[in-house]
Amino acid sequence: MRTDIFSPYILTLVTFLPLAGALLLMFFPRRDRDIRGWALFVSLLTFVVSLHLPVHFRRGLEGFQFQINKPWVATPNIHYHMGVDGISLWLVVLTTFLTPLCVLISWKPVHGRVKEFFILLLIMETALIGVFTSLDLFLFYFFWEATLIPMALLIGMFGHERKVYAAVKFFMYTMIASVFMLAAILWLYAHTGSFDFVEIRDQIASGAVPHFSAAAQWLFLGFFLAFAVKVPLFPFHTWLPDAHVEAPTAGSVLLAGVLLKMGTYGMLRFNLGLFPEQSRHNAWWIMVLALIGIIYGALVAMVQPNMKKLIAYSSVSHLGFVVLGIFSFTQMGLDGAMFVMLAHGISTGALFMLAGAIHDRRHTYEISEFGGLAAITPVYAATYLVIVLASVGLPLLNGFIGEFLVLSGAFQDKPIYGILGATGIIWSAAYLLWMYQRVFYGKVTHRINESMGDLTGFEKTAIWPCAVAAVVMGVAPIMWLAAIDPAVQNALTPLVRVASRVVGQW
Amino acid sequence: MVTTAALLQALPLSADYVRVLPEIVLSIFGCLVMLLEPMLDEETGQKLLGVIALVGTLVGLGATWFMAQSPGLAFWATIRIDGFSVFFHVLVIAIAAVVILSSYEYMAVQKIRAGEYYALILFGTVGMGLMSSALELVLIFIALEISSISSYVLAGFRRNSAASSESSLKYFLLGSFATAFFLYGVALMFGATGSTNIDRISVVLQSNTIPLLAYVAVAFMFVGLGFKVAAAPFHIWTPDVYEGAPAPVVGLMSTGPKAAAFAVLLRVVFVVAVPGVFWMVWVAAALSMILGNLGALVQNNVKRLLAYSSIAHAGYLLVAFAAAPALGISAAMFYSASYAAMNLGAFAVVSHFANAGERYVMLEDYEGLGRSSPFLAAMLTIFLLSLIGIPMTGGFFAKFYVFSAAVKSNLIWLTIIGVLNSGVGAYYYLRIIVMMYMRESRKAVPVTHVPFALRLALAACLFATLYLGLFPGSVLHFTQQSAAELVSTPVAPASAPIAKLSGSL
Repeated sequence: MRTDIFSPYILTLVTFLPLAGALLLMFFPRRDRDIRGWALFVSLLTFVVSLHLPVHFRRGLEGFQFQINKPWVATPNIHYHMGVDGISLWLVVLTTFLTPLCVLISWKPVHGRVKEFFILLLIMETALIGVFTSLDLFLFYFFWEATLIPMALLIGMFGHERKVYAAVKFFMYTMIASVFMLAAILWLYAHTGSFDFVEIRDQIASGAVPHFSAAAQWLFLGFFLAFAVKVPLFPFHTWLPDAHVEAPTAGSVLLAGVLLKMGTYGMLRFNLGLFPEQSRHNAWWIMVLALIGIIYGALVAMVQPNMKKLIAYSSVSHLGFVVLGIFSFTQMGLDGAMFVMLAHGISTGALFMLAGAIHDRRHTYEISEFGGLAAITPVYAATYLVIVLASVGLPLLNGFIGEFLVLSGAFQDKPIYGILGATGIIWSAAYLLWMYQRVFYGKVTHRINESMGDLTGFEKTAIWPCAVAAVVMGVAPIMWLAAIDPAVQNALTPLVRVASRVVGQW
Repeated sequence: MVTTAALLQALPLSADYVRVLPEIVLSIFGCLVMLLEPMLDEETGQKLLGVIALVGTLVGLGATWFMAQSPGLAFWATIRIDGFSVFFHVLVIAIAAVVILSSYEYMAVQKIRAGEYYALILFGTVGMGLMSSALELVLIFIALEISSISSYVLAGFRRNSAASSESSLKYFLLGSFATAFFLYGVALMFGATGSTNIDRISVVLQSNTIPLLAYVAVAFMFVGLGFKVAAAPFHIWTPDVYEGAPAPVVGLMSTGPKAAAFAVLLRVVFVVAVPGVFWMVWVAAALSMILGNLGALVQNNVKRLLAYSSIAHAGYLLVAFAAAPALGISAAMFYSASYAAMNLGAFAVVSHFANAGERYVMLEDYEGLGRSSPFLAAMLTIFLLSLIGIPMTGGFFAKFYVFSAAVKSNLIWLTIIGVLNSGVGAYYYLRIIVMMYMRESRKAVPVTHVPFALRLALAACLFATLYLGLFPGSVLHFTQQSAAELVSTPVAPASAPIAKLSGSL
């Protein structure tokens, strides 16, 4: 093992740094400038510290790195067990990357209750990172539930007209779905005596868990339901458009950028990791739901008059790709799913920031309220174009790599999945470019828009890093895939074992 | 002929008195409060009485420490001091202390004379403590009455409010009916087994075929205790009584006597192991969770809402009773403690916010509290999150532990009912949070300065809630040990001195 004394504590540091910042923030006097500055400082510091992970991460190794495993409670046997592999590594970095940008984008628009806003944002960051770093199921559930409250409050306190409805809907949907996961976790603990992910996985793989075969399908569904609502997979997606439309910009960015990935990450880690056999059995209907999500999400996005709702439905469509990739059980599909998660986090995060930018100026998201903006706000239009193209999946930008890999994987699994999935790319080009055309090209339709200001300094510093990341990820995907690949291989091993067993029986 | 030796043997040992030391201390302080009350003047005196009562509870906690040093049987095996009873002593006395703290300013605001109030809290605590250590059903009954009667009176303490009087009367009438059930159960149990000592009863029931009468007796006792813990279907009184009673008293009623009644129930269910109890508990748990949560969904009065929530929580707690003994007992103990912390905290906020005459107890009064009093709102939010069962709070861990015990005992369906309920239950707690943070206040609700005593009470509850949520290890260790001890304790010898005495008479 590595002798670096810093390594065992780095994950704890990254996870709890924002929380510590939030706790200190509670004692700040209500001077908004200081509060914003502090939030930016803490989130930037967290990002810098989190860069330790990819820098010192040993690529090509299977299994978890930077592990820390300390007993927390003796009975029930709960451990403070954290660690990352190539899958969770990048999701942690994605979270720490997006949070400072969220602080920047909220610099001007958030007025009243600034202190509460940034406290919630920082607590949110801790909870999100915790979800990706936990290797103990109790700890995982702990952080999983902990994300609910700050997000619900962010939507409910700082959102738009129907904020309360959206906040409560978001909360209740995810809360009720995740209690099934709790029941499944408790079952696993009762029969394995452990909450440790690695240990439970090994016990299940060796067939040492009593009554497992009878319960496995239910356990699989318990986990799956919690994740499917979070993703959100069709037909559990109805909370998403409401939550997105009503949320403040930073809330939308974290919601789309990171929170939804909790669901797909959970499927990849827990559904595939713990229940390989059930994953194979259930894959067909999950793939069908994912395909419906891709196509349905895209079609609904196309007819949205509201820009933010359009982006929200595009998330449903994109996340469908991720699920499609995961349940194709191919190396390419899983690599692609991981890559789509990251790419979507960045490009959709940026799209929400851009949508927020015009909302701050015009207080509306209606596409029909705009037109010909390219002439008035050229920088804004250019930035928007880069992000839209990234989201559409133009080669050399980040969206392309992931979707290409996913579709190749799906094609390997069953050609029809690949073919149907590929239409999703066409649809996404259609709704995004059409929206872009209506907003930016043509004549200026509303006189009021002529006085619209271009991107401010804060907005540029928040959005341009996303655009740069989109380009870099599109040009040099290997920087990310080098770490993802072995982890995905590792995740696939039990599935391959299952497959060979099935074949052997025949 | 009674010989002197036999008489001497029959007298309690001095160690016996140590085993009721907390009760003795609390009674002395209660009497002290009563004696001083007429001598002190209206203004300053009231406050002094509160301080004396608080000191009484602190000394009581010290006495519990002494008591814990000499575990064993006392008073002819009618009392047993073990980890279990020490735990509940600490719990109920701490509850009393927090209630006294949160009543401190409340009394002045509501213009209530404090004398008997504090004394009754202390006397009630004596009853609760005794309930947790008594092995003798008749003694349990007496202790139950001590605690109940003081809460009947406390419920009516806002004398100028009709609701409070209604609450008191309702509680008294239904409560005495319920205790009668319990007493009837005790009598039937005596008829079935020839003893009223829990240990003896358990021996008799284990060795012989169980007489039908024993089932009836346990059912009757369950009715009586089910009423005290506000478990469905014996929960109807709860909303009305909680609505009318003074808010700090509701805090007390929903935690202290409840915890003590659960302690008795634990002994009755697990030590007197009668088959069939399992299904009774199962049904009561499921019903309490469902009816409590459904009822709470439509409440607009915060006190009523919390009343229904307390029914639901009684349901979660009863889930532990259906689980395997050692696990279930420790889960139930842990749950009582964390429920006490979060619920007392919530009621402390509610009682302060209610203001003179308890004017502001409706949900819409809480609109905009996040702006007008960020401190109170933040406190209430944390306690409500704990009641929902959000991580980092005692409420989460307690629920987690109870359901984990249930799954380990293969109660899959009860667990699913439970987790679903805790999901649905989140809605009504969330409504209060929504009111405080997401709506603007439409009417001017004055929020007075939060007095020091209340801050202290809130700090204690907050500390306990977070401590139990983040570092449950040490408390869990204690509850697990005392649960194991309770389950495996060798049955006490037949209450020797009395038998000898009566034999020689």
